[in-house]
Amino acid sequence: MHIPDGYLSPQTCAVLAGGSAPFLIRAFIWIRRQLSSKAIPILALTTAMSFVIQMFNIPLPGGTTGHAVGGTLITALVGPWPAVIAVSVVLIIQALIFGDGGILSLGANILNMAVILPLVGYWLYRLMAGNSGIASARRITSVAVASYIAINLAALVAAVEFGIQPALFKDATGAPLYCPYGLSVAIPAMMIGHLAVAGVAEALFTGAAFWFVARSFPDRIRGS
Amino acid sequence: MKRLWITLGILVLLSPLGMLAPGTAWGEWGLEELEEMGITIPAGLQRFSELHPFVLIPDYSLPQLGESFWSQAVIYIVSGLVGMGMCVVLVYLLVLGKKEQGK
Repeated sequence: MHIPDGYLSPQTCAVLAGGSAPFLIRAFIWIRRQLSSKAIPILALTTAMSFVIQMFNIPLPGGTTGHAVGGTLITALVGPWPAVIAVSVVLIIQALIFGDGGILSLGANILNMAVILPLVGYWLYRLMAGNSGIASARRITSVAVASYIAINLAALVAAVEFGIQPALFKDATGAPLYCPYGLSVAIPAMMIGHLAVAGVAEALFTGAAFWFVARSFPDRIRGS
Repeated sequence: MKRLWITLGILVLLSPLGMLAPGTAWGEWGLEELEEMGITIPAGLQRFSELHPFVLIPDYSLPQLGESFWSQAVIYIVSGLVGMGMCVVLVYLLVLGKKEQGK
């Protein structure tokens, strides 16, 4: 889901970076003003955790690979705005140091994985978990299901960003300038693997990690 | 907290398992891979694909330090440690000088 440089037109990159900027600014102001000092070590830990979990590439049907992101887990443990910061930090390091995801496309990747994924994940998690107990089966199922839907939505948005390129940007002969695959290829290619495998990995990891923290360190969880 | 960091450390040591997945993520192919797939490389893609001037550890791998699985596994683990360290440093930089917040 880390869109490299060259697959999206610079115009698309500019629009998507513009879309993610207000969320990043809001998240930065939030952590400066509202984040409790007690939550800083767990924010650092979960940011590192998101980096590491993304290194576990999983084979997907169709010969491609995918991985979990951990964004919904961070929203459940620390809160939605810290999660936006955490995944953004991971994406910036991946792009700058490891060439994983592009520089021009960084705003797009932040929008998909660091804004849409954790904010939607948080909303679904809160909706499903309600006032259930911190380590209750309902809360753990809620965070796992929310993470499954959120990572798939992020993958869908990425697929649409890829897929609109050939229709919007072509040279004089009609040949695509950027991503050569349209929506009819990009959406199934991304979604089959994420719905069937990567999303399941995200849900299992999120549920297990949340359960582990809720059992061992209930006082570390947001709102406890 | 210490136990969580230890768990994360174990995960980093296991991370080379992530190298075993064959293929590339959809839409993340490099230029050579696109050529191997028989795709005519679009002009814009060619133009912007190598925008980043200096990637320290491209794709968590340094083939010049040995091609074997084990040497690449070490690079992968080192990449994980470097990435984790940078995550922690960046998070603390972002909250640097922040006023104490209750609770």
